[in-house]
Amino acid sequence: MDLRVPEQEKAFRDEVRTFLEESLTPDIREAGRMVTSVFAPVKEAMAWQRILNDKGWAAPHWPKEFGGTGWSVTQRAIFAEELVRAETPPLVPMGLHMCGPCLIGCGTEEQQKEYLPKILSGEHFWCQGYSEPGAGSDLASLKTFAEKDGDDYILNGTKIWTTYAHYANKMFALVRTNRDGKPQQGITFLLLDMDLPGITIEPIVGLDEVPEQCQVFFDNVRVPQKNRVGEENDGWTVAKYLLTFERGGQEYAPGLNVMLEKIRLMAEKQQTAFGPLNQDPVWQYKFAALEADVLALEFTEMRIKSALSAGKDPGALSSMTMILGTELLQKVTELRIETLGSQSVIWQPQALVPGEEQPVIGPEYALTAMPHYLNSRACSIYGGSNEVQRGMIAKAVLGL
Amino acid sequence: MHFQLSEEQQMLADSAKRFVRDNSDVEKHRQNKKLMPLDTATWQQFADLGWLAVPFEEAHGGLGMGPLETMVLLEALGEGLIMAPYIATVVLGGGFLRHASAAQQAETIPALLEGKLQVAFAAEEYERVFTLENTAMAADVTGSEVILNGTKSCVMNGDQADLLVVLARTGGQPGDQDGLSLFLVDANAPGVERVAHRTVDGRQGAEIRFNQVKVSEAARIGELNGGYAIARDVLHEGLLALSAESVGSLSVLLNETVEYSKTRKQFGMPIGKFQVLQFRMADMFIAMEQTRSLLLAATLKTVEGHDDAAKAVHAMKAQLGRAGRKIAQEAIQIHGGMGMTDELGVGHYVKRVTGVDGLFGNADVHLMAIARSA
Ligand SMILES: Cc1cc2nc3c(=O)[nH]c(=O)nc-3n(C[C@H](O)[C@H](O)[C@H](O)COP(=O)(O)OP(=O)(O)OC[C@H]3O[C@@H](n4cnc5c(N)ncnc54)[C@H](O)[C@@H]3O)c2cc1C
Repeated sequence: MDLRVPEQEKAFRDEVRTFLEESLTPDIREAGRMVTSVFAPVKEAMAWQRILNDKGWAAPHWPKEFGGTGWSVTQRAIFAEELVRAETPPLVPMGLHMCGPCLIGCGTEEQQKEYLPKILSGEHFWCQGYSEPGAGSDLASLKTFAEKDGDDYILNGTKIWTTYAHYANKMFALVRTNRDGKPQQGITFLLLDMDLPGITIEPIVGLDEVPEQCQVFFDNVRVPQKNRVGEENDGWTVAKYLLTFERGGQEYAPGLNVMLEKIRLMAEKQQTAFGPLNQDPVWQYKFAALEADVLALEFTEMRIKSALSAGKDPGALSSMTMILGTELLQKVTELRIETLGSQSVIWQPQALVPGEEQPVIGPEYALTAMPHYLNSRACSIYGGSNEVQRGMIAKAVLGL
Repeated sequence: MHFQLSEEQQMLADSAKRFVRDNSDVEKHRQNKKLMPLDTATWQQFADLGWLAVPFEEAHGGLGMGPLETMVLLEALGEGLIMAPYIATVVLGGGFLRHASAAQQAETIPALLEGKLQVAFAAEEYERVFTLENTAMAADVTGSEVILNGTKSCVMNGDQADLLVVLARTGGQPGDQDGLSLFLVDANAPGVERVAHRTVDGRQGAEIRFNQVKVSEAARIGELNGGYAIARDVLHEGLLALSAESVGSLSVLLNETVEYSKTRKQFGMPIGKFQVLQFRMADMFIAMEQTRSLLLAATLKTVEGHDDAAKAVHAMKAQLGRAGRKIAQEAIQIHGGMGMTDELGVGHYVKRVTGVDGLFGNADVHLMAIARSA
């Protein structure tokens, strides 16, 4: 066991750095700096994905034969870290991190050929149609119904909180195909086009005044049966497979470290009546507590990577990291608004839109603090709330 | 000990509650947020209801009431998330004017009471953690003239105000209580440049730049270099009012969350049946009641002039920040996705109580104030 970085990994890090240095455009950098959510502004994120895809680096985590890079777990981690360090806008995850891996694991060869290259190139922009007004944490209670009719399914119902449905041209959805038996057993996984007749999309404005999520309505929408992934009524298995990708493999520590560093710089600038804020014992204590927590998380994430590269199942550790990562993100964004005081209260969402020439009031570094704090409240809700995650640890790991 | 409202206070509470019932729904709040500047009809209504006169002496045409009545009024307004600049104009502005000269008072108070004069307290500065003594902005005194230079940030109601109360340094260094002075400045005076902005809670503020702004000595409130004590006392009344308003908002957040948890069903039962959520709502309730207690402590100790009134005010603002954060975070979490929307009231209340912690020193600042005065 050791922490030293082998020479060839250093060389790899340099290669990545050089590439980032050379290929990031000012617009993409600006979008990355202004991100206040896990979802980056679409235009710049997609431009960045195209650049990465040209280099063959859009989906390092995919198997090589489907367009992945064939990198080791460590190389992937280095790559992810460098992206975060360069403050690149995060790529939209629904295609690359959810639908793609799911099709690789559960799709037919035909589906893989049809969709995977277009996911990589960004030609297909996916959204995730799982949640419904009555089905959130209890996803299996979903009601959107798909009735068989010839070669098609006919869909009726509604999906909600569908992130970026207003930008998407594709949706992967869970729908009910059988109302009898256990709720999990009557669910089917479908792929569909967003421009089908009978689909209406209504954006939902969030706390940060940006419409990120949508409600999507289906009124007798025809979806060909060949768009089914897995067996009919077996969509729950497919969804569970996908969920391991949605939840696992995420790394929080590198991003948190970057944010902490920024907060440290802000605190140096803030004067108290007794000197700079970063010399204030109360602030120091709070900051140190977060640093310690992030270091612990960093090593938990490294333990996961180590287990994965040895071909082992990291088990409970991955359920933990989502809870830890999201709650630490919330605490870090909270310390940031505390560090900024009244500067964080100034509200200028229009200045966050890339390319807008809106003059900024106050120091630019304060601009994203409050929207990010507010937006980060969602990360302990989506993808399975932290209450539900804790329930899973209690049950599946502790056997309670 | 007597914690019941008097008949007069009860009447005030009832009229405020009626106003809130008629004027607050989320849709209206969302519309009001778009109104820049403020909806003047509402402000006129405040004047007509007599609310602007609450803390002024009868000799000035006021109702001769004080922090207790302000508390009653603002708690009700907080329940409705009413955005009128009452604290800036009446509590802080009025508070400062009560320390002003007779000539200044004669010029301003009648107009304020009629709803024709808006005030803002220009105190905070960029890259300075707010405490009064941390003020850096300079006021140079030459003979009977004072020249103001510098920038005030996030001045609540600063864009609408006709009159600014400016806290500036006429001596000493940031960190000193000595050397602070207060000036009344016409918001439209030459050299005053205002950049309006919204604040997270949908209200309005401004960055105010002072470029060689000249005021006469007669514009000073209180003694030269002696502004600290006045500003501290007036700010404490402002903090009492801010907290009263927030207690109103917090009680709505708590109630809405509890109600939602009774109706929202997942896994075949109301989510309020899950013990983990029950415990957390119980904690929200406790945090709320503790805030209410400190509000009462601070208000009564201020009204009765106890020695430890200032400490109670700091404790209250600290509690408000911490309890507000906790209650707001839990309210969103327990509402799930719904809590993250602009459509539901929850988020708007959350933004208000979150913003309030950032104003006039956050929880840490006020706890340190207690620690340092001990
Ligand atoms: C920003 C954002 C983006 C999203 N993006 C998408 C998307 O792209 N596609 C999609 O399909 N969905 C998406 N979602 C929906 C998300 O998955 C749901 O919000 C989530 O599953 C929670 O469901 P809910 O909002 O209905 O809350 P509810 O399930 O109603 O939960 C409300 C509260 O009750 C708690 N609770 C529920 N059950 C239990 C229990 N058994 N024990 C203890 N506590 C419990 C919850 O933890 C929560 O605190 C998104 C949500 C958000 C906020």
